[in-house]
Amino acid sequence: MTMHTDTAPPGAQAPVFYETEEHAHEASTMLGFWVYLMSDCLIFTVLFATYAVLGRNYAAGPSPLDLFDLKLVALNTAMLLFSSITYGFAMLEMEKGRLKAMQLWLLVTGLFGAAFIGIELYEFSHLIHEGATPQRSAFLSSFFALVGTHGLHVTCGIVWLIVLMIQTAQRGLIPENKRRLMCLSMFWHFLDVVWIGVFTFVYLMGVVR
Amino acid sequence: MSAAQDADHHGHGHGHDGGAHGSFRGYMTGFVLSVILTAIPFWLVMGDVLKNPVWTTVIILAFAVVQIIVHMVYFLHMNTKSEGGWTILALIFTVTLVVITLTGSIWVMHHLNTNMMPMSPHDMLHHQP
Repeated sequence: MTMHTDTAPPGAQAPVFYETEEHAHEASTMLGFWVYLMSDCLIFTVLFATYAVLGRNYAAGPSPLDLFDLKLVALNTAMLLFSSITYGFAMLEMEKGRLKAMQLWLLVTGLFGAAFIGIELYEFSHLIHEGATPQRSAFLSSFFALVGTHGLHVTCGIVWLIVLMIQTAQRGLIPENKRRLMCLSMFWHFLDVVWIGVFTFVYLMGVVR
Repeated sequence: MSAAQDADHHGHGHGHDGGAHGSFRGYMTGFVLSVILTAIPFWLVMGDVLKNPVWTTVIILAFAVVQIIVHMVYFLHMNTKSEGGWTILALIFTVTLVVITLTGSIWVMHHLNTNMMPMSPHDMLHHQP
């Protein structure tokens, strides 16, 4: 708490003092959430390692070349990237204190996220329909585990986003809601980072050969 | 991060988060870079531009690493100073674990596969002493 001893303009000491206190409190939440994200990153690391080891054990079943539709993956990647930038816009509106604009950007972000999940579920149902179920081979088990876990995270992110839209509608941009929005921001961008690994390591490298 | 910077940044110093959020320009820079860094690997693979699987793999992995860094800097606002350096320290620790886990798994299991995979009947014939 005593780390921030920056010089403040004279006459503005009281509010500045309050704000540094507030900042210190927020910082600890942000750091804690960051540590959670890092541990989540390790979960994905283990799933990536599993896929790296088992990803070529097809058990005479279909291979990535037979299954993956890169156009669909490119579309999905675009959805997630758009949702990242629109969440960024929501954060900028939050900083300006514009509740309605922020909620609008949150809604757009949620819709892009929902489109991502929709396309992913379509892909999964298509795979399962073709007989490429998780039980088919070690490759498909590790594929569904990795991509499915990411999809589950995005789904949780969308639920969280809806909850925050309700909370900001009820209470406005109070410090608690701002803190929650900043945590979700980190979570959402983190999922986009994981998706970079997924589309490169699973989809693109699966088709190169 | 300092209060003085905040005052500059927000005009009347109402913000208490300083550089933690970035700016419109920062987000747009990150977005444009991400689009480029995503489009090139997809183009390389979908168009089979290089006709060389090894180089294509190396290049798309390099693009992924660069794009992850772009996301970290422009979207997650990573820098060496936020939270007094603790976020970058946590990140370095995590990256270390990620690298050990991934390379270790691939390395060990690759050797296990090459040394212990049952041979096909064809191989058996050719490896008879």
